[in-house]
Amino acid sequence: MSVSVPSLQRRRNFLQKIVFNVFCLAALINGLALFIIVYFMIANGWKAINWTFLTQPPVDSMTKGGILPCIVGTLCLSIGAILIAMPIGVASAIYLNEYARPGRLIRVIKLGINNLAGVPSIVFGLFGLAVFVVWLKMGVSIIAGSLTLGAMTLPVMIGSTEEALRAVPDTYREASLGLGATKWQTIYRVVLPTALPGILTGTILGISRAAGETAPIMFTAAVFFTPSLPVSIFDEVMALPYHIYVLATAGTEIEATRHLQYGTALVLIFLVLGMNLIAIIYRSRLRKRMQ
Amino acid sequence: MSNKRRITERTMHTLFFVVASASIVMLFMIMIFLFMEGIPIFDEVSVKDFIFGKYWYPTSEPPDFGILSLIVASLAVTLLSALISIPLGILTAIYIAEIASKKVSEIIKPMVELLAALPSVVIGFFGMVLVAPFLQNVFDIPTGLNLFNASLMLAFMSVPTICSLSEDAIHSVPNSLREASLALGATHLETILKVVLPASLSGISTAVILGMSRAIGETMVVLMVAGGAAFIPESIFDPVRPMPASIASEMAEAPFRSAHYHALFATGIVLFIFTFLFNIVADHIAYKYKQVGEATL
Repeated sequence: MSVSVPSLQRRRNFLQKIVFNVFCLAALINGLALFIIVYFMIANGWKAINWTFLTQPPVDSMTKGGILPCIVGTLCLSIGAILIAMPIGVASAIYLNEYARPGRLIRVIKLGINNLAGVPSIVFGLFGLAVFVVWLKMGVSIIAGSLTLGAMTLPVMIGSTEEALRAVPDTYREASLGLGATKWQTIYRVVLPTALPGILTGTILGISRAAGETAPIMFTAAVFFTPSLPVSIFDEVMALPYHIYVLATAGTEIEATRHLQYGTALVLIFLVLGMNLIAIIYRSRLRKRMQ
Repeated sequence: MSNKRRITERTMHTLFFVVASASIVMLFMIMIFLFMEGIPIFDEVSVKDFIFGKYWYPTSEPPDFGILSLIVASLAVTLLSALISIPLGILTAIYIAEIASKKVSEIIKPMVELLAALPSVVIGFFGMVLVAPFLQNVFDIPTGLNLFNASLMLAFMSVPTICSLSEDAIHSVPNSLREASLALGATHLETILKVVLPASLSGISTAVILGMSRAIGETMVVLMVAGGAAFIPESIFDPVRPMPASIASEMAEAPFRSAHYHALFATGIVLFIFTFLFNIVADHIAYKYKQVGEATL
């Protein structure tokens, strides 16, 4: 034994320090990636954003003008999606968390939800095309796009609602049941009101997820260009993510419209990350209050 | 009154059960409609020629419907991105869960979540306008839109999945295991490597599989950044055309219910089967090796 105990100890501590720094570096790389992407979009995009950009439709075959139809379209689609995903998602989570007993049935349902969450976004696009656009004859429209996005957002909604329901202490349920309330009364009067803030956070996350998706709406709702704003749910729309894709890859003058692309990307980032940030801050406050 | 209450109870129970099965119904509808629209292509080519055919010329006369190059491209971007995202995701998860102080981890965690929230089209756009010219200059290659660039962008899309699921797995390791290891004289690092990681291995495996499943199904990034050439790549700087990119870019021009249209749906079936298998395996691992109590190391 040539190595004395203190020096071995030193070597172990030294090794630990190095490895911990590597771990820390990995964490920093993620933060750095986020920072670079957001900074790059802001630095290049802020010049494009002005009142005209936000309130006017595109003109001159989309080489000038604004993105109002895209903003309106994206809002319609994501709100439509959540109107479909929220009721179904909340009810599914209530069943899974409050009614179902552990066993084969609940396992099959959860497997279904997990697999739905793993379906690629482009496959949702194909599904929406085959079912809503073609089979149900909705055509390329807000309603077809919202249903497709709604199906895609459903697992997110179920997951966050389940988390909110699990955070409600069992003592609340027991107190209500002990007072003679039925299960449904307990859920409706005690569990849901307590879980409501958590459910709302999940809803915000769901909207932001739907707003940023491109592939599911490519065949079901979005079009290259339409100067008019939608007036019915059976109208086709422009959408922010699809507009970025179109301008960046298939526009008439890809280089000349770069500033519009950056601007649109910045608006989309602002919308999506803004909603996420609100949800994250709100949720961390909520968790602190729960403890 | 009590009878009415009982009826309400039973109605609500049934109602919630019916709604909860919506996810499964939807999953089945996805499968049914994919197959309905995709199967007709096999009147034109055999399943074997479709999957192992090297030539994808859907619009030439006569057309070639072989998606081997698309499958290889999808697997290549997924594996290459996994080489980056697996270490990055797991190391970050360990840092957040085991090493960082509470304050630091409360800053890093939202960052990872925001990274996950970035719309894929924005990441694709970023890869196109910034990363592609950069790669082109640095490596002196004909195009920056290639397999490597797409894998890099995909990696940052699957890191958040891998990281947050691994972190959950690490958190579920009981503290008494850590304490026992520390009490035996192991350092913090040795405890992490020899106790915490083995104990959370099944959860981390699930995380890795789900992260890769996300990468193989991701569409916008490979559509904008991978280059779009339907050939089997020979180097990591070759442009490729993964399955989702092929579906997304060709569906608009494929005539309704033509052979091309059916071939794209059939490509969707293959893609769906890949992610479905990934998910089933992940679920199986998560379920079978679930951390139960403290004695499962």
